[in-house]
Amino acid sequence: MELIDYRPPGGPQILALHDPAALTASYGWFVNTGARDESADIAGASHFLEHMVFKGTARRSAEQINRELDYLGARSNAFTSEDRTVYYASVLPECQGQAVDLLSDLMQPRLDQDLFELERQVILEEIAMYDDQPPYGAFERAAELFFGDHPLARRVLGTIESVSDLSVEQLQEYHQRRYTKDNMLFVAAGRLRVDELIAQVERLSRDFPAQASSSPQPSVEFHRQSAAVEKGLAHQHYVVMMWPGISWSDERRFALRLLAAAIADSSSSRLFWELIDNGRAETAFVYPQFFRDCGCLTGMLCCAPQDAAEVEEIFVRTVSGVRARPIDARELELARQRITSGLILADEYPQHRMFALGSAWLERQEFLSLDALLAKYAAVDVDDVAAVADALCAEPWVSVRVVEEPLD
Amino acid sequence: MSSVSIAENLHVHRLPNGMVLLGEPMPWLRTAACSILVPAGTCHEPEGKQGLAGATIEMVERGCGELGSREFLEALDEVGAETHTSVMTTHCDLSAVMPRDGLARALELLATAIRRPHLPAEQFEDVRQLCWQELRAMEDDPSNRCFSELKRFRFPSPYGRVAQGNRQSIEGLQYADVGDFYRAHFRPDQTVVSVAGDFDWPQVREQFEALFGDWQGEPRDELPEVQVVYGSRHFDYASSQTHLALAYDCPAYGAPDYYQGRALVGILSDGMSSRLFTEVRERRGLVYSVFATCFSIRRSGSVLCYAGTMAEHAEETLAVVLETIDSLAQGVTEDELHRLKVRVKASLVFEQESCLARCRQIANDWYVLGRVPPREEVWEQIEQLTAEGLHRHFLEHRPRRFTLVSVGSQPVELAHGID
Repeated sequence: MELIDYRPPGGPQILALHDPAALTASYGWFVNTGARDESADIAGASHFLEHMVFKGTARRSAEQINRELDYLGARSNAFTSEDRTVYYASVLPECQGQAVDLLSDLMQPRLDQDLFELERQVILEEIAMYDDQPPYGAFERAAELFFGDHPLARRVLGTIESVSDLSVEQLQEYHQRRYTKDNMLFVAAGRLRVDELIAQVERLSRDFPAQASSSPQPSVEFHRQSAAVEKGLAHQHYVVMMWPGISWSDERRFALRLLAAAIADSSSSRLFWELIDNGRAETAFVYPQFFRDCGCLTGMLCCAPQDAAEVEEIFVRTVSGVRARPIDARELELARQRITSGLILADEYPQHRMFALGSAWLERQEFLSLDALLAKYAAVDVDDVAAVADALCAEPWVSVRVVEEPLD
Repeated sequence: MSSVSIAENLHVHRLPNGMVLLGEPMPWLRTAACSILVPAGTCHEPEGKQGLAGATIEMVERGCGELGSREFLEALDEVGAETHTSVMTTHCDLSAVMPRDGLARALELLATAIRRPHLPAEQFEDVRQLCWQELRAMEDDPSNRCFSELKRFRFPSPYGRVAQGNRQSIEGLQYADVGDFYRAHFRPDQTVVSVAGDFDWPQVREQFEALFGDWQGEPRDELPEVQVVYGSRHFDYASSQTHLALAYDCPAYGAPDYYQGRALVGILSDGMSSRLFTEVRERRGLVYSVFATCFSIRRSGSVLCYAGTMAEHAEETLAVVLETIDSLAQGVTEDELHRLKVRVKASLVFEQESCLARCRQIANDWYVLGRVPPREEVWEQIEQLTAEGLHRHFLEHRPRRFTLVSVGSQPVELAHGID
């Protein structure tokens, strides 16, 4: 599998990972924009725009877009995070031309006022849906406390208020500023016709706006705080915690992933043996998140309300305890085996390769083949893991508990 | 799509004790998966012992043969095996997927767990706590709870049981129940073992004979027929949305007209141009999530629909869902049928990328149908569907009786009732 990396004059960057033996092909537009690129008055704009992209272009109505995706037999979707918005479709290889045409056309949405109002209702329903799912917004609340005034505190979906106040003009302005040739990547993986693909993407993106504009972001400061989220009736106790982490350019990220796996994988990890295997908790995990200028560890615990204090204490002690009792060679080997196997399993899917390539390029303008990635994990030793544990695993900086709403 | 091959080569090997080994080679992969499907589902639990099937499979994974609980899980880790356990109505399924070199060891480990589990008494209370955790977590997620309550309501005992059981039954479980359930239901007849991915068939077959050839057990008893209840039920819950789960009858998996029923559900719910997505979400903005799916228990088939919406839109949403289902009485367009066929064809190719999905599918097919329909046969069935045929099928089976469950802050009522 060879990586083809091509940038036509003025962009956008095109990346293709051709595998002649693949049964399918995946294509995606990666837009380097997300909740952290919004100002407070347009909170939720990136995600709202992601919805509106499917609501019509100069060449297609919303219904035509939906029908065409189905004509392609596509497995397609889109998602928005703190720092990216991704649109993708996986199809049979013979559908390449049509899939690329459709995905690229979507990047220049019409943004009709009527459909904007209708979609606002769908997004308010989406916010309500997540509000009903455990842990009921506790992740978002924890990020708000942890990042304080920094844009990384922004909720990806926005709030009921911010989504209710957004105007279609604000979305148009945001789109012009952020969906630009220098701020987007086109990524493809699987069985491809590469030359055709490059020529087509270059042609279809010719009229995209050229240059992104963004406001400078303040440097990140983490905050120590606790809070509660009120919920009518929860049968379980939920708590979300956060710790400082490392950025995506930090070479310690492989050691950190191994550390997190050894502490918190859903099987055979320290938290598994301390809390899950014996039925003390339903969920107990910690995972790292990487951003360009910082990172964090986020943990979640779900257990019976009557055991909350004791189980929380064990959870925190298990995480911070890796400094006093470092991950040993056996634990590291098992964690490495799980991560290695997970990477090999995921690499079977062209769709996964497309995501991995797009993310790596957006983050570091590089791509590691599966073998190169496995070599990075193979090179980590117990001292590397101990060093990253020493640097990061202390008492949590933020805790957000879900508590029962007081009766009126 | 003529260039796409959907041919496969299924191996089948039977043992005198009734067990079957299925193997589907997928030599283009570097991974392999194995599944053991045991006829020990929730419908086999004794009355009042709901949750026992889940507790038993949890106990089965806590040490076996020469290995303790921890050693067993670590041995799976050593070969990079990702395990998946699921407890269904009529069976439970223990599966593992890993890089291909680990297949023989993983199969040996799962077989040992199934045949020679320690069922350690000292861990039984831990397992009960786990059952509690899972039950309460399900109760905290209203969309999940909505489907659990729908199953409990629509299918009287023993088929309406959910894997998590209920508060009273979990409290009442005894350690002895686990051993009794294990001895009664973990037995060779009807147990199906499947492998898929990159493997060597003669080697797997030989290993299968060595692992299971001497397993003996009584053939199982007949199960009662599935009964269905219609009507509606509301569960009061202080949620932001009202969660609606609706069911009506359709042909069960394996019925001669199953693909017609499945295609009609596809017209309603598969893809972004499907009728439910278009009418409920795209045109009216009533929901974020709406879908319908086919669900079978033995010879009883149901269409299950879900919609989540804010309380003030709940009645309208339910009305639009029902109208949209009934819009099939006006017929199906050639265009809709074409899109459906393209989607099915693509999904037959996509499924060849996942040995785990394929492994579980062939085991389930064998368990339910006694055979694995080849992909060519599935495709032929789909290709033969016509818009007139689907229209006729809908009119002949037009749903008039429904089972409805709502979870939310206000009951959902329909002016004319729904049954």
